[in-house]
Amino acid sequence: MGWLLPFDNLLCMALGISFTVWFTSLLVFIIVPAILGVSFGIRKLYMNSLLKIFEWATLRMERGAKEKNQHLYKPYSNGIIAKEMSTLEQEIQELRSSSTTLSSEPEFEMADIMSFCRRGVESIVDDEVTKRFSAEELESWNLLTRSNYNFRHISLRLSVLWGLGLLIRYSFLLPLRITLAATGIGLLVVLTTIVGFLPSGRYKIHMMCYRICVRALTAIITYHNSENKPKNGGICVANHTTPIDVIILANDGCYSMVGQVHGGLIGVVQRAMVKSSPHIWFERSEVKDRHLVAKMLSNHVADKTNHPILIFPEGTCINNTSVMMFKKGSFEIGCTVYPVAIKYDPRFGDAFWNSGKFGMVSYLLRMMSSWAIVCSVWYLPPVNREEGEDAVQFANRVKAAIARQGGLVDLLWDGGLKRGKVKDTFREEQQKLYSKVLVGDQEDQAEDRPLEFSTLRGVVLVKTIS
Amino acid sequence: MGSRASTLLREEEIEEIKKETGFSHSQITRLYSRFTSLDKGENGTLSREDFQRIPELAINPLGDRIINAFFPEGLDREDQVNFRGFMRTLAHFRPIEDNEKNKDPTASEPLNSRTNKLLFAFRLYDLDRDDKISRDELLQVLRMMVGVNISDEQLGSIADRTIQEADQNGDNSISFNEFIKVLEKVDVEQKMSIRFLH
Repeated sequence: MGWLLPFDNLLCMALGISFTVWFTSLLVFIIVPAILGVSFGIRKLYMNSLLKIFEWATLRMERGAKEKNQHLYKPYSNGIIAKEMSTLEQEIQELRSSSTTLSSEPEFEMADIMSFCRRGVESIVDDEVTKRFSAEELESWNLLTRSNYNFRHISLRLSVLWGLGLLIRYSFLLPLRITLAATGIGLLVVLTTIVGFLPSGRYKIHMMCYRICVRALTAIITYHNSENKPKNGGICVANHTTPIDVIILANDGCYSMVGQVHGGLIGVVQRAMVKSSPHIWFERSEVKDRHLVAKMLSNHVADKTNHPILIFPEGTCINNTSVMMFKKGSFEIGCTVYPVAIKYDPRFGDAFWNSGKFGMVSYLLRMMSSWAIVCSVWYLPPVNREEGEDAVQFANRVKAAIARQGGLVDLLWDGGLKRGKVKDTFREEQQKLYSKVLVGDQEDQAEDRPLEFSTLRGVVLVKTIS
Repeated sequence: MGSRASTLLREEEIEEIKKETGFSHSQITRLYSRFTSLDKGENGTLSREDFQRIPELAINPLGDRIINAFFPEGLDREDQVNFRGFMRTLAHFRPIEDNEKNKDPTASEPLNSRTNKLLFAFRLYDLDRDDKISRDELLQVLRMMVGVNISDEQLGSIADRTIQEADQNGDNSISFNEFIKVLEKVDVEQKMSIRFLH
């Protein structure tokens, strides 16, 4: 086996050299610029070339499908059905006004059931809520099988390209990114611990580590309207798509986080973060106590040297096509609110975390093996609660502004519907509305009847509706 | 998510569904994608829970009756509906096209004919599937639609009046033919049709 030895040595030397070269270039091209906040523009170049390749791939697929005379599945981005814009009550009233009898008896038509029925079936075919909890479907293909429904062998060139893409992503990009992420988190923990021993003061360690993490994900972020960046003593609210939102925002400013205390690696990171600047971490039991939460938040914003608090009022991850109900808790505190809209470009990799389908680790692996994470962040002008506006109206106003800026659909539905059932009160509201159509509103009845009739009606109505 | 959509639905199946229901190829693939996204158990069938997960359907006062229409077999809790059954029920809501009226008269009636649409609505009232709407059944359905907002007496009088107007053979219940007669002036085609996009 002696003849193996020199070969062995050579192998070791080769491995050693390549590793050193690789790590040095990593340091020079990625880590150091990250720490200094400098960019070479490599990522923008990467993004533009990828876009060109995707366009070519989509055209090729469409051409291939036409040649073979197959149908190409197009996602229903324009909707499966066209819905009526009128409300149920309006529809049923139309039926009533066609009849000429002016009876004061409740008017019921057997055909009423048809309106309920059609609306029910329409919601079975296409509803506004359930599709927000799974990843958005794309028009063009981005060479990832995870977002493709048509991948059959259309052409050799396309398959080769896909295979090449797979190779690059899993054997080059993924290890690179994992190394960077490990470096970033490791540095965060080590440095914040060191800082904990130093005399008190704020050090911008976070920003550096977040920058490394951003490069670990190849996140290409465009910040708009930086003059509106959140200032100390305020609350920053944003729409929530993924835990990566935190990294994206913290890359550009210092925030205090709010959240539950976790165990494991996340717990370690949480404890480390607290050492260099205050964050608000709750025990699981404390989360239920809304007054306690509100008190801790108010105390934090009262101290003007504290960083702004970062809160995601939706309470859960939504798939970045819409903004769902904002929980009013953060809007009751009474300080300035800085809205931020985050919109991801799904062509490079869908960032939405479907927590029912993927755990945190497999989600991060998916993120690190997609092409890139491209997003836009808009800082909206700060808002305060106006006179006579309650917390819910304020929350809705902010939500509408964020939705408008990000090009997202503004929904009133609760993000909690991802896991929970809808409350019975909504169904009861629908029943009440229909009852009004049947027996008429109290006011309607009183207006066009002579006085003695109205009192009689009034008594009957009070008995039935109360 | 839908990534298995076109691979699990074979061309022959699509053709069969096309013949039976009249939906186009692209409509069938899109509806299959919707079917799979509702199928949380990923076993190719939908249960009642899968339907109840849709919030807009859950707040519909007649939501349960509509869900029931997808399960023709019985009122068993364990019922599952597959994609064929799903499409067959949805086919009732296809708009009636003019050229279909002149088709082969010996062919069986299409699922979205006026009569079949009326039958669908009739079955929403007919709780025990005995092909008659009794006063009791009408009351129960009315109660579902209005909740607690109308008294028993008023609801009872509404039911009585409705049956009185519709009943022709004096058996104090509404048969399917009597139902058709009552609704002959109603634009059923428009009320019970959904505009599917291509």
